[in-house]
Amino acid sequence: MIGRRGTKGAKPVFEFRDIGDPTEPLLVVDDLHTSFRTGRGTVRAVDGVSLTVKAGTTLGIVGESGSGKTVLSRSIMGLLPTRDVIKSGTVHFAGHDLTALEPAQLRQVWGAELSMIFQDPMTALNPVKRIGRQITESLRLHLGMNRAEADATAVELLRSVGIPSPEDRVRWYPFQLSGGMRQRVMIAIALACAPRLVMADEPTTGLDVTVQAQILDLLGELQRERHMAVILVTHDLGVVANRADEIVVMYAGRVVERAPTHTLFANTHMPYTRALMDSIPRLSDPSGVRLQAIAGRPPDLIHPPEGCRFAPRCAYAQDKCRESDPPLRTAGSPDHLFACWFPLVHGTSTAPPAPSSGNGSSSAPPPTSAADTAIDPGAEVQSP
Amino acid sequence: MSGVTTDSTVQPRTSGSDVVLSVDHLVVEFRSGKQRVQAVSDISFQVRKGETLGLVGESGCGKSTTGRALVQVQPPTSGSVNYLGQNLGALSHRQLRKVRTKIQMIFQDPISSLNPRRRVKDIVAEPLVIWGRGTKAERALRVHTMLEAVGIDPDTAGDRRPQEFSGGQCQRISIARALMADPDLLICDEPVSALDVSVQAQILNLLADLKARFGLTMVFIAHDLAVVKNVSDRVAVMYLGKLVELAGSDDLYRSAAHPYTEALLASIPEPDPEHVSTHKALAGELPSPLDPPSGCRFRTRCPYATQLCGEEEPPLREVAPGHQVACHFPLVGDRAGTPDQAVPAG
Repeated sequence: MIGRRGTKGAKPVFEFRDIGDPTEPLLVVDDLHTSFRTGRGTVRAVDGVSLTVKAGTTLGIVGESGSGKTVLSRSIMGLLPTRDVIKSGTVHFAGHDLTALEPAQLRQVWGAELSMIFQDPMTALNPVKRIGRQITESLRLHLGMNRAEADATAVELLRSVGIPSPEDRVRWYPFQLSGGMRQRVMIAIALACAPRLVMADEPTTGLDVTVQAQILDLLGELQRERHMAVILVTHDLGVVANRADEIVVMYAGRVVERAPTHTLFANTHMPYTRALMDSIPRLSDPSGVRLQAIAGRPPDLIHPPEGCRFAPRCAYAQDKCRESDPPLRTAGSPDHLFACWFPLVHGTSTAPPAPSSGNGSSSAPPPTSAADTAIDPGAEVQSP
Repeated sequence: MSGVTTDSTVQPRTSGSDVVLSVDHLVVEFRSGKQRVQAVSDISFQVRKGETLGLVGESGCGKSTTGRALVQVQPPTSGSVNYLGQNLGALSHRQLRKVRTKIQMIFQDPISSLNPRRRVKDIVAEPLVIWGRGTKAERALRVHTMLEAVGIDPDTAGDRRPQEFSGGQCQRISIARALMADPDLLICDEPVSALDVSVQAQILNLLADLKARFGLTMVFIAHDLAVVKNVSDRVAVMYLGKLVELAGSDDLYRSAAHPYTEALLASIPEPDPEHVSTHKALAGELPSPLDPPSGCRFRTRCPYATQLCGEEEPPLREVAPGHQVACHFPLVGDRAGTPDQAVPAG
């Protein structure tokens, strides 16, 4: 076992609190905003996102291209450039606000406590360095190992990620490995210093389905062994359905639904989440079955639509949806948040069936349907 | 063909067995230094009019090379590709060019398969310009119709360039271009694997609509069996240059006979937290095609491999009407989907 503690050398500048209480969150992101100044205007890529991750658990962040999920993951890591980027909000990780740290301090956190697995291992790995050297780099820096210790550890790490004959492979270059093997190397690098949180941004996009299953299984095994928290960012709800404890669905820079995985699938409230689920081709469906595609595309984040941002593509949109922005709220179960005026309840829309007459102001009483009794619009509103 | 136990999906959609494309003992070799690599080794299949044949397998199994050999972009080393009875390999360059207007291809990366410096309407009109078809006005009208057919607004998009579009939109433009010359056969090489699931569904639906509207026959190449199953009438599974299983797509899902097909099915993530995969995910990597395993090429990763599998290459044989498999111990009948009852490893 490669441990962060109990190794000699490099003393950490911070003492990250050990979170003994498993109910206390490891990561707390609060009202995070990230915008980019561009020639066309300000792109609000992440627009008020709050989430928490408990130690040892997996959070899935799901959304289409352009939903802001990658910018969110980089904002949490503190990996964004400073030029033309407007940031606000806080990211508390084990008691420290990462947004307040200096670059030099962040470098002590990256790799050691918080690490990242990138989508494209070919561009994320250094093509002219042997893979062994790329693994030992953080071992020597963060854990203060000497060369021999680090080399031995690198071999063990490669073995633990399922790379055959690791003694030889440490001297290989990335181009000598297949896509799946490169992703295993990325995982070995990310896990080298036994971080408490690993951010995996589309770790299997671009890989074959067979390799995807291998990589996700491996990540799950290592996570259980090491009691790491994992944030799995993906566009495919199928990938996180069996692996995440909690899922955050993003749309146009915002969280539109957030719930424990089972709750999310059993009682999807947000029509967008439902639409994402329905667009996946299922093996159990007969061939030739028409897929339920979501019409249109995510909105332009420079001029997002008024009201609910999903309304232009939503099958259940009402006047109210186009006029006022639904807050992230709960109904029934306290850990199930959603941003929708007329949420689905067990697959049925609570939107009034007839085309809505008169433009319901935001203070208008909610529609009277049987399901609506379960929805309390006033409950625990989070300001967007 | 007779469909006794198989259902209607195995049958071609049109009556009779009018074969559009017939591939016989196709072999494609590449040179790697002094060695020769067989990317495609001796595969045969047929595609009937109006049908969609799915070609599925991992990276490196030879599915894209097969696709390229179908249009002779990659000339076969041996074997033949016959389009409506014509051996494409025997045609002169001039004749081949002419036939190719009827066989069009859509590629994986929609952005790099469009020239970034040209306007969308010129890209789409190109096939007609090359063949000198129609007047300028007629061509413009057809570009307009075709862009509309693929869901791109011709008035706003025509004068823009590919980089102003998303991946899904670029794929729509590629599809419009492929359809301009009025093809019969469309070869789609991983057309949706670079796209988000939501956009993927849009493109798959679009392909189904266009297929019906223009009476197309399709070969659909992809690595995701769930996607392939959705669009295909029949599915051919490839492994390391070999065809290992060929069956109607619903049959293939219900009773996969090859252990590799079973593994492919197992690795598809189901969007259902209650779903527990009964199959084991595939271990290991594709062996090097430079030095393929003896006997059955899948035996190094097969949980049921025996000594026989290493000694003798299993031929492709029929295990049920319309269902062919290349395995000594196919998972059929009671054993389908229950690996523990299959022949144990020797």
